[in-house]
Amino acid sequence: MLKMTHLSKAYRTEVVETYALRDFSIHVREGEFVAVTGPSGSGKTTFLTIAGLLEEFSGGEYQLDGTNVRGLNDNHRSRLRNEKIGFIFQAFNLIPDLNVQDNIEVPLRYRGFDGAERRRRIQDSLARVGLSARGRHYPAELSGGQQQRVAIARALAGSPRLLLADEPTGNLDTQMARGVLDLLEELHRDGSTIVMVTHDPELAVRAQREVHIVDGQVVDLAPQPRLVAGNHVNP
Amino acid sequence: MLNYYFTLALRSLKRNIVLTVLMIAAIGVGIGASMTTLTVFRAMAGDPIPNKSRQLFAVQIDNWGPKRGIVGGDEQNLAEQISYPDAIGFMTARAAHRQAAMYATGFALTPANPDLRPFQVQARAAYADFFPMFEVPFRYGAPWTQADDEAHADVVVIGHDLNDKVFGGSNSVGKTLNLDGHAYRVVGVLERWEPIPKFYDLNNDKYGKPEEAFIPFTRAIDQQLSSWGNFNCGGDTIPAPGWEGRLRSECIWIQFWAELPSAADVERYRAFLNNYAADQRRLGRFHWAPNTQIRDAKEWLGHEHAVSTEVRILLLVSFSFLVVCLLNAMGLMLAKIMGRAGDIGVRRALGASRRAIYSQCLIEAAVVGLAGGLLGLALTALGLLGLRSLLSDEVNRLTYLNISDIAIAVTLSVVATVLAGLYPTWRAAQVQPAWQLKAQ
Repeated sequence: MLKMTHLSKAYRTEVVETYALRDFSIHVREGEFVAVTGPSGSGKTTFLTIAGLLEEFSGGEYQLDGTNVRGLNDNHRSRLRNEKIGFIFQAFNLIPDLNVQDNIEVPLRYRGFDGAERRRRIQDSLARVGLSARGRHYPAELSGGQQQRVAIARALAGSPRLLLADEPTGNLDTQMARGVLDLLEELHRDGSTIVMVTHDPELAVRAQREVHIVDGQVVDLAPQPRLVAGNHVNP
Repeated sequence: MLNYYFTLALRSLKRNIVLTVLMIAAIGVGIGASMTTLTVFRAMAGDPIPNKSRQLFAVQIDNWGPKRGIVGGDEQNLAEQISYPDAIGFMTARAAHRQAAMYATGFALTPANPDLRPFQVQARAAYADFFPMFEVPFRYGAPWTQADDEAHADVVVIGHDLNDKVFGGSNSVGKTLNLDGHAYRVVGVLERWEPIPKFYDLNNDKYGKPEEAFIPFTRAIDQQLSSWGNFNCGGDTIPAPGWEGRLRSECIWIQFWAELPSAADVERYRAFLNNYAADQRRLGRFHWAPNTQIRDAKEWLGHEHAVSTEVRILLLVSFSFLVVCLLNAMGLMLAKIMGRAGDIGVRRALGASRRAIYSQCLIEAAVVGLAGGLLGLALTALGLLGLRSLLSDEVNRLTYLNISDIAIAVTLSVVATVLAGLYPTWRAAQVQPAWQLKAQ
């Protein structure tokens, strides 16, 4: 599903070149739930933005669902992003002057779905996150947990092949965070491929597999017990 | 997607109403100022007879010679008008398809209706070809004929307003008018006809209305109706006393127009004029090489500066003001769009291409431009109203908005605002979604 090989990302100024990712390789298979962990500044978010085609990379290869994304133009990248990727952000990133339905509609508009199809998908995704009754509410009228659920509904509405979550519970209290994680696990059980970036080891154990990044490179971790769908399993 | 972008534009404009109002006001004021001037300029610079302006020619001939500079003459030392002997010479030759000598004059009109007091009427003495040559529309009757010209007939064609005033708007053909104590038979009544500028006589009231009465040139000469327009004798061209002395003099006071439908006609007429001038030299009247010119109506308006330099400068200043207003609007738009960088980043992350962001922002700019254009139109109407109260009646005819002015105002506003929106839009499309999302 997602395969990066010897990928690098350098930020250059006139005097200095800084590598956010260096010789970075990762392979996420279809249906996996992978946690990407690491300390602050390790390159987790850079990995996520490159994986989400929001940023170009400097070297190496990246294949997304069989498509080599190197050298694709903006239109092609935008289309791939729209069709194959769903984003869940730490800060939810809902558009404040659009209500819940209109927020979920945004990626569907760019996808070119007709009105009936958009309405069907909005209702389905809202039902899936348990917010069918909140369609006409504005983000400011919802709790943090509800806003993140709306963001998840928006990510799901286009039936993406890959969900990318960046600290999805970072702005939520414990109870709300648990609810969001339960939802992600449910989506994983239903077959979604999820890559979740987090610095929180307790969240990481909820994933099927953990990839640890330090200084822009993947480092091996000692095998740890995993909790998947509420059960401890061996890797 | 257009509908979607339009809805987003309206939402965005409602979101920050103060910025929106400032942008619309900046554009509206700029459009109002530039359109007020442009409307006057267009009226002045318009083609008053578009179907035939390339076939109608003003005729000039140098009857004063190179030693006598003509006040207001051109680089060829040619004046705008000609003398009576030349007018008669050209009319007698009838070298053009149609031709008419003419001059501005006037009468005291004494109405048959005793309830109406006598009043002055501006008139034009002309030959019969004046009417078909300039495509003058008739409500009743028809022009007089060449036979009437030759017979020095007491006939008159009157304007729409004069017919309303004296005959209550009825068909007055066959009725008589008392002009300067003589009875003239009405042969035609004009439809409303108001060429702007009054191209056939730019010497006299060039933006004014056409005369209200037209009589045969030959009859006007018989009646010794003096010129009510520019009469230039200049230098030592002093006429002998009396009407006959005036007619025989080299004073210039008559306009002469020829209709020349084809290029071959034009060349033939140039040759005719030069031959005529050469003949005058042989006869001892001219002592210089033939110096003649013909210019079609469009060239004539340019040559005679129908649009004054002041108006051109005013137009330039007002459009410079529009540019300043647009730069202001551009700054406000930039602030507005960059204030939404977060939203744009989210949209990019959700699949909006740069082209989609361009479309969304430019449609928003177009909506602002449309609103600014409508405001500008209202301000233009106010501006023209203000001009009307300040300027003379002659210039007032230039201060009207027509459909094409309205279309120009709205189109100019939308196009200019979209152009002003290009830079803010480009900046919006450059928003790096990764940076925006990281920053949040």
